[in-house]
Amino acid sequence: MSAAVEISGASLAFGGRTLWSGLDLTVQPGEFLAILGPNGSGKTSLLKILLGLQQLSAGSWRMASDRPVGYVPQQRAMQEALALRGVDLVGLGLDGHRWGLGLFGLAERRRRVAAAIESVGAQAYAKSPVGRLSGGEQQRLRVAQALIGEPDVLLCDEPLASLDLAHQRAVSALIDRRRREADTAVLFVTHELNPVLSYVDRVLYLVDGRFRIGTPDEVMNSKTLSELYRTKVEVIRVGGQIHVVGTQSALCEDEAHHLGVEERVS
Amino acid sequence: MDKLFDFGLTGQLLAQPFVQTALLAAAVLGLVAGMLGPLIVTRRMSFAVHGTAELAFTGAAGALLLGIGVEYGALAGSVIAALLLGLLGGRESDRDSVIGVILSFGLGLGVLLLTFYPGRTSNKFGILIGQIVSIDSTNIVVLIAAAVVVLLVLAVIYRPLLFSSVDPHVAAARGVPSRLLSVVFAVLVGIATALGVQIVGSLLVVSLMVTPAAAAVRVTASPWRATLLAVLFAEIAALGGIILSLAPGVPVSAFVTAISFLIYLVCRLIAYRRSRASRISAPDVARVPSAVGR
Repeated sequence: MSAAVEISGASLAFGGRTLWSGLDLTVQPGEFLAILGPNGSGKTSLLKILLGLQQLSAGSWRMASDRPVGYVPQQRAMQEALALRGVDLVGLGLDGHRWGLGLFGLAERRRRVAAAIESVGAQAYAKSPVGRLSGGEQQRLRVAQALIGEPDVLLCDEPLASLDLAHQRAVSALIDRRRREADTAVLFVTHELNPVLSYVDRVLYLVDGRFRIGTPDEVMNSKTLSELYRTKVEVIRVGGQIHVVGTQSALCEDEAHHLGVEERVS
Repeated sequence: MDKLFDFGLTGQLLAQPFVQTALLAAAVLGLVAGMLGPLIVTRRMSFAVHGTAELAFTGAAGALLLGIGVEYGALAGSVIAALLLGLLGGRESDRDSVIGVILSFGLGLGVLLLTFYPGRTSNKFGILIGQIVSIDSTNIVVLIAAAVVVLLVLAVIYRPLLFSSVDPHVAAARGVPSRLLSVVFAVLVGIATALGVQIVGSLLVVSLMVTPAAAAVRVTASPWRATLLAVLFAEIAALGGIILSLAPGVPVSAFVTAISFLIYLVCRLIAYRRSRASRISAPDVARVPSAVGR
């Protein structure tokens, strides 16, 4: 089976600062890879590279599929009066990047949008204005928006941030189901591993240009993380959850990640 | 004002060719303004429209002084304004102040240009508050041609423009060229504004470009339906405004703005009643789909 994503000898530098270098990473179809690390460690940049929005400083990467990747962003507040319904949001994931009005094949489009919405169980609120939905409802629609193009690679940038526990579970279960049913490779940037721990096959942990790749057991232990952070870090497992104690300042990150959208011009 | 209900006079005036030309111009403008409006509202560009209109005034004043067609001056002014705002106001944090700076400078310059103009004062006043009777058969050809260009370009960029307007982060992730689209859209708005200046005047262009769309998005969340409603509202305001202004002989803009404001109030009232109704039937508003947009 050929790899869904293959990154070799990759490095990324901004100005004089190297975010990471010598990164070799292969993600198999259907694999769930969690990408962890403190702020500024280049997690989101890695996604940007795979989205084609940024270039590697060295090395190369390739994807097996030429279908567009799916992308699930972090939940953000939307204008309450925004003229956009759930169905419109999901539909934009299908063809929003294409030129023209898209007046042909409307019936087929409607069928696909409805199927995508059904697959995430969002029928009840799909025709409501998105700005009035809860964060969890919005993120369900985001998953449908990302999956409607039937991607072979799904890139998730902190999709669970600012969701309550129930919605964190629901949204991560939807992503897990997709990769099991359709063999979609999932690259999941997160600062909180526990909500997805039961799904994660491997972890890529980035700290200050250093990184480790391996199963959660191989990476999420006191020895490995202490080496990565170059300071004493304690990893404690409580009730199937992993808690990292030590470099609080480095590990606790609540700041939002951004995909560097150019601000609009009037 | 008792002439307002002088239907005989209104009927006579409606038969005049210059009034029919004016109605055609207003219909074209209503269509363009309604098509662009929901995107202007979503992108929070109301103030930019106003700023662009003031520069259209500057351009028109300059054209008046030079003795060339006011419509060309307005067009040049508003396209330059759109490009300036696009280049200087790239960051959202800067945008508000950049518009204020350009708007006031343009208005001042326009006033200066007008003081040098030796012609009639009604021409001067007309650029500010609209003077639809001045549209003749050459104007109308230019107006229709410009409108066709705007609508064609809009049709080509519509989907990615909507995407980057309502969902900028995912649109960027999908490779939608947001920066380019913003500049192109600003130029389209500039052209449409220049058309509007000839009918409602530069001070009140917002009443056709923004108010109908702002009313439409109150009552529907569907982008398509919002666009259809915005066109409908803009047509009612533009055509209705002209017809009502005929008999009393007051500037068109007074009625255009009044009608569009009235439509806006009605739409707000509808939205308010709907949200109250859904709150009464469902205490947990966030979980239950509201009736808006159906």
